[in-house]
Amino acid sequence: MGGVAAFGATLARANVRGPLHLSTGQEAVAAGVCAHLRKTDLLTSTHRGHGHTLAKGAAMDRMMAELFGRATGYNRGKGGSMHIADFSVGMLGANGVVADGIPIAVGAAHALRAHGGDDVVACFFGDGAINRGPFLEGLNWAAVRSLPILFVCEDNRWAATTETGTTTAGAGALARAEAIGVPGRKADGNDVVDVWQAAGGLLSEVRKGAPRMLHAVTYRVKGHVSVDAAGYRDAVRHDKALERDPMVIAAASMAALGIPREKLEAIGREAKAEVAAALAAANAAPLPDPKAAYEEVQDTGAGRWRE
Amino acid sequence: MSYARAACAALEDAMRADARVVVLGEDVGRGGVFGQYRGLQPAFGPERVIDTPISESAILGAAVGMALAGLKPVVEMRVVDFALCAIDELVNQAAKARYMFGGQGRAAMVARLPNGLWSGSAAQHSQSLEAWFAHIPGLVVVAPGTPQDNCSLLAASLACGDPVVYLEHKELWGLEDEVDASRTVPLGEAETVRAGEDVTVVTWSRTRYAALEAAKVAEAQGVSMEVIDLRTLWPWDRDAVLASAARTGRVLVAHEAVQVAGFGAEIAAVVAERTDARVMRLGAPRIPVGYATTLEDQSRIAPRAIADAGLALARRPRR
Repeated sequence: MGGVAAFGATLARANVRGPLHLSTGQEAVAAGVCAHLRKTDLLTSTHRGHGHTLAKGAAMDRMMAELFGRATGYNRGKGGSMHIADFSVGMLGANGVVADGIPIAVGAAHALRAHGGDDVVACFFGDGAINRGPFLEGLNWAAVRSLPILFVCEDNRWAATTETGTTTAGAGALARAEAIGVPGRKADGNDVVDVWQAAGGLLSEVRKGAPRMLHAVTYRVKGHVSVDAAGYRDAVRHDKALERDPMVIAAASMAALGIPREKLEAIGREAKAEVAAALAAANAAPLPDPKAAYEEVQDTGAGRWRE
Repeated sequence: MSYARAACAALEDAMRADARVVVLGEDVGRGGVFGQYRGLQPAFGPERVIDTPISESAILGAAVGMALAGLKPVVEMRVVDFALCAIDELVNQAAKARYMFGGQGRAAMVARLPNGLWSGSAAQHSQSLEAWFAHIPGLVVVAPGTPQDNCSLLAASLACGDPVVYLEHKELWGLEDEVDASRTVPLGEAETVRAGEDVTVVTWSRTRYAALEAAKVAEAQGVSMEVIDLRTLWPWDRDAVLASAARTGRVLVAHEAVQVAGFGAEIAAVVAERTDARVMRLGAPRIPVGYATTLEDQSRIAPRAIADAGLALARRPRR
């Protein structure tokens, strides 16, 4: 969680090309859910997926390199922030299209079942996604086929630059899921302990072969993209939301458990040092060879890029 | 063996040979609406021949997830027109996954999107959309026109490792011909269906039969037509077409899709860029397919129309 926060804080100042969707303030959701996942569990993510990727076990240096468009990045510089993936730890990709990870999770769950065992898929999506068709289609199918998927609605209360509540009818993500036959739990998405406990309970059911929904309510501290100052938000409500910083809440929980302050500070220092090293390595890494633009497109008809 | 049965035979062989091959889509369990999956669910069970809800986005999206997680899905979309509900998953996810992820995964699948006119079925069940898919990097586009090709090319598509848009023709399911299931046909290889000297007709799918009829009409009038069935539209057999064009000096591309911005335009352009051959296109008018026979016929490419176009082209001197 500290690593996710430090990574995001650095990115906010880094020179990354194109849209950069930060998950600052949402770290507890990624950390609380992924703490329960095995390397062989699978995960589908969103356009705001850095936290999910790190929490699933991806290496910070190769992630940073990808965000910098370097040849040493996870995707060899071909995907960037919106398509970051590390298949070696079961992270099947961020996604540039809202809700599109949901059907992919359904298929991945079918594959896991075909392979045998009790691995699961954690399917992250935002509150905006529940207004797209794949949400209904995917949850319905998962319920009908009893697929091992934990659906995680990471509800940061903003769909791009529109407050989601103003465009969403009914009682929200969990009510919709329950109506389809996917029960679940609501959690305080800014409290990593609450997320961790809720996800743990739900995942034990998912591993037995039943889809479940975790509705984690959090808050998007930054704008939709890094260059969005989010001046459209109500300043008073925004300031109030910032009071519930997940890192501060986590620190208080750790202190209450008797974990010494020095240990937390050490974790913070380690995370910052790891980010700094990743940043330096990414800056020094080479850009992809232009020839790589023609690789991994397709095998059939390879070479026929122009007629 | 029928065109539908031939595909089924290829699929059955592939499923026996490779436990990762699965089928998903509407009504596949009872054999598919055209019998193109008959007998597969009884043989392989409901976990490998998966009946789905009418959820096209989820069907194609799930196929992407299956492929990324190690299965080889065959996707049933019923008709190409319905696949438009899943165009995002096909274009934004399946076609790009391998590239975007830097080769970490690939969305190898065969998406069966029955294409073309379907008699009496009107505008939303009668489209020919091959040009849309040929335009998308990452996709292979196949359009078999015979039972043999439907068997051999489905097998080749399953083996190729790329996402394949597989366009069977809606009106060919019952077509009977001999099929040798052991015969291989590589992707990207055209078939010269009829040899000729004066005009090359490049076509695919069901229109190959209209072109063969047209060739008889033209022959009676002293014009010899060569008919090439491309079979694979991406990558299309450029070498075969250019070689024929060099011999005949005249190329007519005939297809059932709307002529404007159709795939015929691409072929005509390449032939014009690379040879001195005269080129001509013949496709459907840019109108929705109508219901009544008199309206629907406006969108059909009749043998007579191909013959007339070929004869007109033959009258023009070689360059």
